[in-house]
Amino acid sequence: MRPLRNPLRSEAESFRFLLAVIVAALVIVGAAYLNTWLGVAAALLAVAGLVWWLMQEPVPGAAEPPRKVDPSTPAGQHKVLVVALPGTASVTVPERATEVVVVVPALASKLEAATGAVDDRRTDAEQTALALTRRLSRPGVGVRGEVGADDPVLAAEDTMRLFGADEILVAAGDDVVEQIRGRVTVPVSRV
Amino acid sequence: MAAHAEHLEHEHPPEPYYSSRIAPSVLGMFLFIASEIMLFGAFFTAYFFVRVVNGTPWPTPPFHLPIFVAFVNTCILVTSSFTMHWALQSVKRNNPFGLRAGLLLTFLMGLTFLITQGREYSRVGFAPKDGAFATIFYCLTGLHGAHVFVGLSILLFMTIRAFRGHFDAEHHHGVEIGGIYWHFVDVMWIVVYLTVYIL
Repeated sequence: MRPLRNPLRSEAESFRFLLAVIVAALVIVGAAYLNTWLGVAAALLAVAGLVWWLMQEPVPGAAEPPRKVDPSTPAGQHKVLVVALPGTASVTVPERATEVVVVVPALASKLEAATGAVDDRRTDAEQTALALTRRLSRPGVGVRGEVGADDPVLAAEDTMRLFGADEILVAAGDDVVEQIRGRVTVPVSRV
Repeated sequence: MAAHAEHLEHEHPPEPYYSSRIAPSVLGMFLFIASEIMLFGAFFTAYFFVRVVNGTPWPTPPFHLPIFVAFVNTCILVTSSFTMHWALQSVKRNNPFGLRAGLLLTFLMGLTFLITQGREYSRVGFAPKDGAFATIFYCLTGLHGAHVFVGLSILLFMTIRAFRGHFDAEHHHGVEIGGIYWHFVDVMWIVVYLTVYIL
């Protein structure tokens, strides 16, 4: 389905939407002056016209390829981001890692996501994150676990924005690895 | 590290969840406006039920709707959106006079709209108890009036902050969000005016 532009995204866009509504209102008033039912028909046409206009409007950034996340890590540090699907039993990180974040996406079905019934999925993800955090813990390395978005790629991107990383290890399918590679500038490998 | 692992084990409410799909502030405003549309939608459903399904004459004789007064009021409210837009454009150009004048004019026009609506209520000649037509009329216009009141409260704080110099070209999020709300209230009035007074 074509994305619909939010007409109230900013004050300037809201004002533009208001101007369109004023024009539509003038058409409706003119039609209603002739006949009430003509006014109703004009109103229906105006609503359809406004929706069509909003669908024709380009959604900001929708056509552009997503910008790659480029982290900046201080010299002497080596941050590692581990993206692991719920249920992952173990992963290994390089010895040179100084800080590790394990993010486990809270994978939910469309129905669960739509109804907000994601608590169980988040608990599953939290358990995996906790288990992997314990497994990866070693002296001198900061390890923490997080529950991420319902999409592994988005979870990786979200964590990259907040945490940054010098490399990403992915405990998931090749397709996920490829998608993450397309969104970041750091090395991504499958474990 | 260990402390963090301990923290994960604790019983606690689910962590608030958001992602970079959409900024939380934008999502909040979007959900708020969506809920507003549903609220107005419920009232418009009642209106269409009374008028179309039930076939109640609109306005029910012997009552008349003050279409001209409402039209003047509509012009005032629509103009206030222009001054609101002027205020925001001014602050983006670092013009504090334009910001203050724009917000003050917007507030005064909003207040005029609300006072005029109050006068209209006192002179319209029917009360909410006078049948389905009167009830729906007061509910729809009153619901919108309540939103104008909320918008005026927001505008009041925005104006005070503008006179205290809280906004500049880089920091005017408060004016931006208030402006979106004010334009939304204006759009809703146009819909209410068309359905209640014109059609």
